[in-house]
Amino acid sequence: MNSLASGGAPAPGTGAAVPAIAGERAHWPANPRALSEHLSFYYGANRALKDISLPVADRRVTAIIGPSGCGKSTFLRCFNRMHDLQAGNRYEGSITLYPENINLIGRGVDPIEVRMRIGMVFQKANPFPTSIAENVTYGLRLRGMKNRVRLAEAVEQALASAALWDEVKDRLNESAMALSGGQMQRLCIARALATNPELILFDEPTSALDPIATAKIEELITTLREQVTVLIVTHNMQQAARLSDYTAFMYFGELVEYDEAAKIFTNPAKKATEDYITGRYG
Amino acid sequence: MEKVELGTHILSRFNEDLEHLRNDVLQMGGLAESQLQQALQALAEGNAGLAGDVITNEARVNLMEVEIDDECNRILATRAPTASDLRLVLAIIKTITDLERVGDEAHKIANIGLRRAGMDRRAGDGYRVVRHLGREAIALLHGALDVFARLDAKSALAVAKRDRVLDEEYDAIQRQCITFMIEDPRTIRASIDLLWVARALERVGDHAKNICEYVIYMVGGRDVRHVSLQDVERSMQLGAAAQGATAPPPPGLPGSTG
Repeated sequence: MNSLASGGAPAPGTGAAVPAIAGERAHWPANPRALSEHLSFYYGANRALKDISLPVADRRVTAIIGPSGCGKSTFLRCFNRMHDLQAGNRYEGSITLYPENINLIGRGVDPIEVRMRIGMVFQKANPFPTSIAENVTYGLRLRGMKNRVRLAEAVEQALASAALWDEVKDRLNESAMALSGGQMQRLCIARALATNPELILFDEPTSALDPIATAKIEELITTLREQVTVLIVTHNMQQAARLSDYTAFMYFGELVEYDEAAKIFTNPAKKATEDYITGRYG
Repeated sequence: MEKVELGTHILSRFNEDLEHLRNDVLQMGGLAESQLQQALQALAEGNAGLAGDVITNEARVNLMEVEIDDECNRILATRAPTASDLRLVLAIIKTITDLERVGDEAHKIANIGLRRAGMDRRAGDGYRVVRHLGREAIALLHGALDVFARLDAKSALAVAKRDRVLDEEYDAIQRQCITFMIEDPRTIRASIDLLWVARALERVGDHAKNICEYVIYMVGGRDVRHVSLQDVERSMQLGAAAQGATAPPPPGLPGSTG
């Protein structure tokens, strides 16, 4: 089994070389943290993803946009092997994590280890029905960390990174279920951050939040970009335009276009992308 | 994306907004063009009344600029346009600035016309010199508005190229006026007026050229300001060739042209 040694994001460029990019891929980022190559995914006989090759730029925000059912979330969930939970699901191709050069969907790679390194935040905040502090330390305790001082430090650090510390520092032992929707979502981000992941996947993280809570989460994601790589699925086009450095447009399980967000939102190369982002897609 | 389609949004009100906006710009362009035409006519005929009309109507051009600007602000704030829609709104914001300045140039010419209407018109023959330049400037502005209406980037380049003719003619008029002034100092005042008119017409050509550049940006997303027209032409040819060579889109994509 390939080893996914835990503990912090290694500096880019220290591990295996990323494949050279040229030609059609000339506009791709030079140092992706992850790279999906010819990825296809099957729900039983149904091919939900078709031959997707897409980089996830290191310490940048990559957004995936597209209409409902186009495979955005399916693609996102491949990164932390969420599909493994359902029998009959099948991957083809590869998702390589750099610089370790490990195929995340390879047979020999343990999905639990993958999830330790790749955090995920869902559309609906899903805190555990325990205290705020216990929510944050869950992943660390799962890894066997018992030192109370270190756990307390981790709680403060993760909550501060998720811009929630000031709001909850006096009630860390109270139930997480008493928080507001926006706070719950930031708690989930803190929980994902606590294990010091290299990549965080966001699946529609603000679609259930009001504009103020949404703005806080967006601000947080923008700040997080400095320390962690972000892959986000969103229905909100303006959010993708505001947040992302790179944007991919998917349609019917295929990747239609991938480019810098500024290019996609001002002058996309493909008509299908143009139609979708300008609201002409019917 | 070498295409701009206004009327195909899912939100029909957005279609209407953009269509209105474009019509307003064309209306403003029509007014600016007619102002210029009348200012030149007033100058050539020594018609003080017509010159006065142009001066009065200048306020209408200015008002249209403000109104269209407001509408662009509203669309940006409420519709958050992207891609070709965004480029259309940005290009319109810039286009109306140029059209307002065309209005200013017409106003300048009308002022000169008004002043000269009451004078001895022995120097009036001199206005023949700018007559051709005037016709060229109006034709160029008309061409720019036409390519704007048709969203035709290829023709926009052809129209923009014609600005050079105006520049050359302006240089020739300058030399001619200097000759007049050297030969007969009594023509200095008239020659200076003539030079101001020629200068205004040359500036109209520049504004028309700018509008053509915005059309190229609006249609193809290429910012061609401060780029030589030869380079623009080359890049447009390369872009067209690359589009032609692109592989067909994946099956199932409606209207995908790659």
